[in-house]
Order: sequence, then C-alpha cells, then structure tokens
Amino acid sequence: MSAVEVRGVTRRFGDVVALDDVSLEVGPGELVGMLGPNGAGKSTLLSLVSGQRKPDTGVVRLDGRDPRDARTRTVLGLTPQETGLPATLRVREVVDFVGGHYPDPVPTGELLEQFGLADLGKRQTGSLSGGQKRRLAVAMSLVGRPSVVLLDEPTTGLDVSGRTALWDAIREYHAGGGTVLLTSHYLEEVQALAERVVVIDHGKVLADDSLEEVLSRVGVRRVQLTDAAGARQEHLVPDSDAFVRDLVTSGTEFRDLEIRGASLEEAFGQLVNHEAPEGALR
Amino acid sequence: MSATTQTQPFLALSWLHLKYQFLETVRVPISVIGNVLFPSLSMFFFVVPQTEVAGNPEWATTAVAGLGLFAVCSASLFTYGLGVAEDRQLPFYPFLRSLPAGPGPQMVARVLNGGIFSLFGLLPLILIGWLFTAATVTIGQLLAGIGTILAVSVPFVLLGMAIGYALSAKAALPVVQVILFPLAFAGGLFLPPQMFPGWLDAISQATPTRAGRDLLVQATTGAEAYTLALPVLAGWTLLFIALAVRSYRTDEGRRFR
Repeated sequence: MSAVEVRGVTRRFGDVVALDDVSLEVGPGELVGMLGPNGAGKSTLLSLVSGQRKPDTGVVRLDGRDPRDARTRTVLGLTPQETGLPATLRVREVVDFVGGHYPDPVPTGELLEQFGLADLGKRQTGSLSGGQKRRLAVAMSLVGRPSVVLLDEPTTGLDVSGRTALWDAIREYHAGGGTVLLTSHYLEEVQALAERVVVIDHGKVLADDSLEEVLSRVGVRRVQLTDAAGARQEHLVPDSDAFVRDLVTSGTEFRDLEIRGASLEEAFGQLVNHEAPEGALR
Repeated sequence: MSATTQTQPFLALSWLHLKYQFLETVRVPISVIGNVLFPSLSMFFFVVPQTEVAGNPEWATTAVAGLGLFAVCSASLFTYGLGVAEDRQLPFYPFLRSLPAGPGPQMVARVLNGGIFSLFGLLPLILIGWLFTAATVTIGQLLAGIGTILAVSVPFVLLGMAIGYALSAKAALPVVQVILFPLAFAGGLFLPPQMFPGWLDAISQATPTRAGRDLLVQATTGAEAYTLALPVLAGWTLLFIALAVRSYRTDEGRRFR
C-alpha cells in the first residue's frame, strides 16, 4: 500500500486553481522531494495530505486511509511553519505537547539531545534563533515516531552547518524505514536528500522521476551573444554545441559569444517556465 | 499498515490540550489580570456605592451573582469568540489541526480553561461582596454558586467557539459585542428582572442569560428559579454545541498557498 496517495486531486481557492488534477503516489520508505516556486501548490498539497483541507475533487489517502480522520494521522509527522511556534511556550513544553498525541513518543530529552537543543529546553520558543526554530520544527515532526513525515521547507534560512545537521537527521530517519515527502525551493536540498523528484508548478506536476533523470532534463547551457543590432541575447539551450553550429551555419551576424553551464536555479526555472501552460494561474 | 489505528484516549488528549492552553493563557499575564479586574471594578462602581443594594443581604448577593455571571459570559464570549478567531489566523493553527486528535479534546480543553480563568475572576468579586456589602452565603451556597456559574458558562463558551470558528477576528469582535450586551441586559444581569415590564420578562425568560442568572440566584440565595430555567439553558446548550461543531467542521482555516 502507498504511504501517500493522491489521485486526480483538484483544489481551488475561489477563482485560483491551487492544484489541477494532480496525482502522486509515494511508496513506503521513499524519500521524495517536491520542487516548485512559491505558490506552485506544494503547501496546498501537503495540507491535503495532512488532513487540514479536503480536495474539491479526487482522493487523498495516507497509509491507505482518509487523513481527515484523526486516527489516520497517528502515523504522520509534520513540521509547523517556522513562524508558527507558540512564542510563550518553552521548547520542552512544545515537544511534550506534540509527543503526547502519539502512542510511543521519543522521550523529550533524547529528542532534544539528538537535535542539539538539550540546553534550550527551558527557553521560550520566541527567543530561539532561526536555526534553532528550524531544528525544533523538524524535531516536532519526528517526536511521534511517525511512518510518514511531511517536511515543508525544512532548512530555509539556515546556514550551511545547520542545514547539513538537519539533512543528517532526515537521512537517519529515512534509513530507519521512514517515508519522507519534503518540499523545497532549493534544488541543492532536494539533490542532497531525495531519490525521486517531483516538480510542480501552477498546480500541475511537470516532472516526476528519479533524481538523475530530472537533473539530466534540466542539464541546460546558457549561451549569450550580441546580435547585429548590438542587442545582448541570452538563450538557455539543452545542446550548446548544436546551437552554435546552427548559429554559424545560418550566417547570422554575432559577436562576444559566451557559453557556460546554467546554474541549477536557472535550469529549474527554465523547466518550470517552458512547460507551464500559458496563462495558467499561479 | 501501521499497528496503531486509534488516537490517544480522549481524556488524555483533553488534559494535554488543557495544559497547553493554560500555559499559553497564563504566560500573557495581562489577559489574566483583565479577567480578574473587570468584575471587581464593576462591583466597586455599581454596587458598593448604592447603600440600598449593598446593605440588603439578598439584593447584594443577587448583585454579586449577576455581575459574576456577566463577567463569566463576557470572558467566555470574548476569550472564545475572539480568541479562537485570532488563533485560527496564527500559522501554528494548521499544525495543531493536523495532529492526531479530533476537535473534541481541544474544545473540552477550551471550556475547562475558560472555567479556570473565570474562577480567577470570581475570587476577588466574592471577596469584595463579602467585605464591602451585606452579601452573605453559607459555604454550601458558595460552592453551589461556583458550580452553577461554571456550568452556566458552558453554553457561552460554546457560543463563543461557534463565532470564533466561523468568523475572522475583525468580524468576531463586533458580533460578540452585539450579542453580549443585549443578552446581559435582557437576562437581568445589570438590572433585576423584577423591574421588567411583563413582555420583557417573557422574552427574558427565554434567554440563556436569564436562565443562568436565576439558577445562580437560586443556588446562592435560595430564591426559586422559574420552572423552565433549566430546560431553557439545556436547549441553548444543545443548540450551541451543534453550532460550534458545525463551525469547526466547515472551518478550513485561513486561505494560504
């Protein structure tokens, strides 16, 4: 049985189509990265899987059951948005509170130790740094020993060492058999963690494939040149050799040719822009 | 397939949410202080200076009961109507709703938490009544009064939740005010209903505030409540339970991406 199953799901907010006939299946023990720009529909999808909303049409299943039923969610862990921690509560109190919902929670002390928060147990969450809040958020998603974890932008705004430490924790959880569905707009993060990548934009799934496959699809080059009129042109092309050959053969006048590998961000941007239907919302 | 198919026991979850909400409330001391001050100040301004009322044991006790109930109604409607509406706008709220617990424990905890802070508000009121007026109760009547006022607060907490889950914070505030003051007045919390003309008294007896007030007065002074007081209160409670559950269910949280 799939850990997460989304079948033909459409969700609108007023006139805005946040998800447009989306289907996605995540098997047990998979680590899937969901990529997309802001407003692509990632958070809406997570809110459906975590039972916060219901789809307008289509079916959402978590561990084979309806996530709107609280009993289904005993297998689910997820991160709150960083800004959403109750500011006046102490770190330990928040973890105890979340853990209390699960049959066999990780002891709070042990969990705080694992996430390097042991010394901060008595601090109010409002006084934590951004990195500490992120670590707490991920710790909260794992306290219930869930079999499925949804991580929404788990390391946004973290420095390199903070990010690596969190990645290790996520890998460790996954190595223990846990299913992970994480969203990010950092390709680097998805590249570091995920085996499978789902690219989503304008409420549609643009790509759903292994990491290698998606990376090769976005393996484009950037060619810049100045044309006869003196205007600087920029092209993102999959095969720069062929492009230059065609350019020369066509006899077009140009100068200052420059070729370099596109950054992952650019490549991803190209994938998203080129495949999105014109005029779609979000 | 996972081994667990049940959430934690209802009572355990309610206790968990009660602890959480109590801590959240108590860490913002101004909300607690406001709750404690308001009924006491009303007592000093409106009851203590009127020697006619303050000097008459039955009237003074009735006045304490009326103001106490007003304080509890107001705290319930504001804390829940406004508090829930505000909570729903916090980014932590969607996370809370995705934890493995249904709406029940959270609602039970809210009701109990409201009760606890209402009690904090009643304590000084009872002290003032005791020290500065002729109000008098036996220990038995005092305990019965406190029990009654907490029970009577339940429908108002539920009404508050129905409003809070249905409206935004901006809309909840005026709605609560529009509901609270007419209800309090018609229910005889400010002026004794003995002063009402017949038609107003008839309307008054159908309100949850009047039913609650008379039950409370009966508990503290022994003056019999009208026969329909209990059924009226129970009827409103059932209606407000239905409304609160409906609001909660239809609430899909604020729109976010």
